[in-house]
Amino acid sequence: MGSLWTALEPLLPKVQKPARYIGLEDGSQRPDPQPGQVGWLMMYPDTYEIGLPNQGLQILYEIVNERPDAYAERSYAPWVDLEALMRQRNVPLFSVDTHRAAADFDLIAFNLSAELTYTNVLNCVDLAGVPVRSADRRAEHPLVAVGGHCTYNPEPIADFVDIVVLGDGEEVVSEITEVVREWKTGGRTDGSRENVLRALAQVPGVYVPSLYDAEFDGERLVGIFPRFPDVPEIVEKRTIADLGQWPYPRNQLVPLTEVVHDRLNVEVFRGCTRGCRFCQAGMITRPVRERPAEQVRSMVQSGLRRTGYDEVALTSLSTADFSGIEAVVADTVNDPLNCGQVSVSLPSLRVDAFTVGVAAQIQKARRTGLTFAPEAGTWRMRQVINKLIREEDLYGAVESAYSQGWRRMKLYFLTGLPTETDEDTLGIAELAKNCVELGRAHHKNPSVTVSLGGFVPKPFTPFQWFGQNTPVELQRKIGLVRDATKHSKGVQLKWHDPKATLIEGIMSRGDRRLCPVIEDVWRHGGTFQEWSEHFDHRLWVDTMAAHGLSVDWYVHRHRTEDEVFGWDHLSAGLHRDFLWQDWRDALDHLGLEDCRWTPCYDCGACTGYGIEHVVASAVPPAGGSQGTGQDRSSGGDVPVRLGVKPIAVGAP
Amino acid sequence: MTAPVPFRIRVRFSKLGKVRFLGHRDLARVWERALRKAALPVAYSEGFSPRPRLSFGLALSTAYESLGEYLDIDTWEMWPDLAAVPGRLSACLPEGIDVTAACAVSRSEPSLQQAVTSCTWLIDIVDISAADLGAVVDRALAAPTLMLERERKGNTVTDDLRPQVVALDVVGPTPTGARLHAELGTQPRTLRPSELLAALEPPLEEALVSRTHQWTTSDGARREILPLDATHPMHVGERAS
Repeated sequence: MGSLWTALEPLLPKVQKPARYIGLEDGSQRPDPQPGQVGWLMMYPDTYEIGLPNQGLQILYEIVNERPDAYAERSYAPWVDLEALMRQRNVPLFSVDTHRAAADFDLIAFNLSAELTYTNVLNCVDLAGVPVRSADRRAEHPLVAVGGHCTYNPEPIADFVDIVVLGDGEEVVSEITEVVREWKTGGRTDGSRENVLRALAQVPGVYVPSLYDAEFDGERLVGIFPRFPDVPEIVEKRTIADLGQWPYPRNQLVPLTEVVHDRLNVEVFRGCTRGCRFCQAGMITRPVRERPAEQVRSMVQSGLRRTGYDEVALTSLSTADFSGIEAVVADTVNDPLNCGQVSVSLPSLRVDAFTVGVAAQIQKARRTGLTFAPEAGTWRMRQVINKLIREEDLYGAVESAYSQGWRRMKLYFLTGLPTETDEDTLGIAELAKNCVELGRAHHKNPSVTVSLGGFVPKPFTPFQWFGQNTPVELQRKIGLVRDATKHSKGVQLKWHDPKATLIEGIMSRGDRRLCPVIEDVWRHGGTFQEWSEHFDHRLWVDTMAAHGLSVDWYVHRHRTEDEVFGWDHLSAGLHRDFLWQDWRDALDHLGLEDCRWTPCYDCGACTGYGIEHVVASAVPPAGGSQGTGQDRSSGGDVPVRLGVKPIAVGAP
Repeated sequence: MTAPVPFRIRVRFSKLGKVRFLGHRDLARVWERALRKAALPVAYSEGFSPRPRLSFGLALSTAYESLGEYLDIDTWEMWPDLAAVPGRLSACLPEGIDVTAACAVSRSEPSLQQAVTSCTWLIDIVDISAADLGAVVDRALAAPTLMLERERKGNTVTDDLRPQVVALDVVGPTPTGARLHAELGTQPRTLRPSELLAALEPPLEEALVSRTHQWTTSDGARREILPLDATHPMHVGERAS
């Protein structure tokens, strides 16, 4: 188990950004593996800059390294320049911590956050010197594991992975370690691979695709059935009940070279019950589990001291919903030890919960970017997707931001949503123009960047029955917004390539028949498909056709109520009839209130697992209307100046 | 107009091992974090996005090692106990970056960019014997000029590098080849080891390159910007003897 560093070192002067491959981060560990210890290689299937900040992998890296019977290191997909040199000189995939060969680990565990990284998974497994198909692996090969949001439909990569882990990894990573340790102790003899996979299938939250058969009737999926009686028919996701018990990462990695989200990140809660119907994350991570505010404070404080960062992000799916968010922000910004130099960023700021108080606190230090996500251009459309932000909510938030000194903001929108009309699409342009208008009262050159993404229906959401828009239709809608904002000074439009949206759509709700497609695209050099300079739409479409598969059938077709999905044998706790009812409600423009502060709808996420929402505050936060009809002043009146008359944020 | 920042601390540091692959811009960010971790006060620039006021000397190419890198740090308050600063900062820096000296310098001292007149380099060449390398060096030093064609601002220019070569000799063999010692001028512009090698006959390719010293000239005498025993508060100018 020697280090590959001496083989790698002469290659690094020849590649871009060699610091991606050297490790040495503050917080990194250099394990000294002992016989019998289980080795995990935590792998992100994209570049170091994208992968390093991944909090899931960092959490598991620490938990495994705290175990006496295991160790963990990290790896990221080498960029194409280094990959070419590695293949030429026969240097296999390596860890960045000690530059150990990937194949020397017992498990290679990938985080899957984006469908377009699937071909990189195959490439990394191949670079490790491991057969890409699980059926071809033997006892001497590592187990290939995947976790993360994409695993709620792992069927398109079923042939390539040994185990799939659903849900929170904090507890299950240890249970898997124990099973693999037994396998190691038994000597990993010939034929023992099947045994360890059978044993892993008994661990709740672990899905072993090779132990299931997918049955088809023509194009139609009949079902995915276990091949053995001891293998569970339904695999349930894992959920940790109390985030306060898992204050990880304790030592967040501080990269030497610049990465995305290059700051201290502290997760303030997991889960979201806002119920936005397009949002898979909000559906599959329920229930809401807040971290105790005191723990957030201490993680922020000790994290800033240790890392030397001058920015901290309080992360979650909707951070302004965190009970006591204003106090935590104020404590951080006003901490004299931070010398007034620390800024706080709140990703995923909800428009209706944005308060002047929070904004004022943040801007004491450096002002970070402001991003709001109204998601749709009209009230009607926002009712369909259950993102119940009134125009006044948005304008109130934008007005307060401008009055606090921001000049630029970003607005996120989706297009291609169910029932979307051209009026809805054009509403995006209207909102953006009105926001710029509001800014003119405060600044000479206010600017609003509109970021427009094509909607991809996801498993375990109420929109899983919806047929995705074609690239032509998405392009037309983008064109509508572009034309409507062309002459508007101050509005910048950015959009996601509809062709990439199409390929994401194939895999989002695809099945096992896509495995050969993914393998072929990879064999034809289709890696780094998340990168526009490498994305090859033609290659995907041609490969689908070569395998006799219809893009239209996978992506654009509306599903019926009785359709069997390729993820029906997996469970995020959500009842299928709850999702179907929510889909019907969407088509009827019916909003659904946030269940944190209203009675339960029995979606299944809490009751199924015997856990509950963990929320410190019994009242919704200021501005948290979400169409609940609740007394929105209960979170505290927040005066905003809109024009000359002071009003409350979000007040009608 | 704002008042000028009164104090400047100059530190010398090394960059050795894996961390040699860290680029110059990333190194600056590593330093910003290290200073915050060490809780040493630093003056910030004004404006919308204030940054610590740090000025680096001559940039070191990515993948080169160094025993003599320099950084000037502006501060509103003099740091206490400069003798403890190298240890305190090294503990906050990544493995391979170690602070070896720290000194207060007068704000009237020339900047590092202006002060440095030459650098000493050790340059490893693989697959060559010390004798063959010696012959290449002798040829280069015996020739009246050492011409190199290079691209500068889109134009091809031909320069004579010879006046910039202060010293050039062979240190001896290495397990994989031989090692050159070179002192190369930095004014009016820096001569890089890779440029020197490209101008040799035949042109050579560098393996590991290390900067060992950066020199300045005062009153006709060559001296190091900060010698390794320079950790005490004193103006560099006063120390020159």
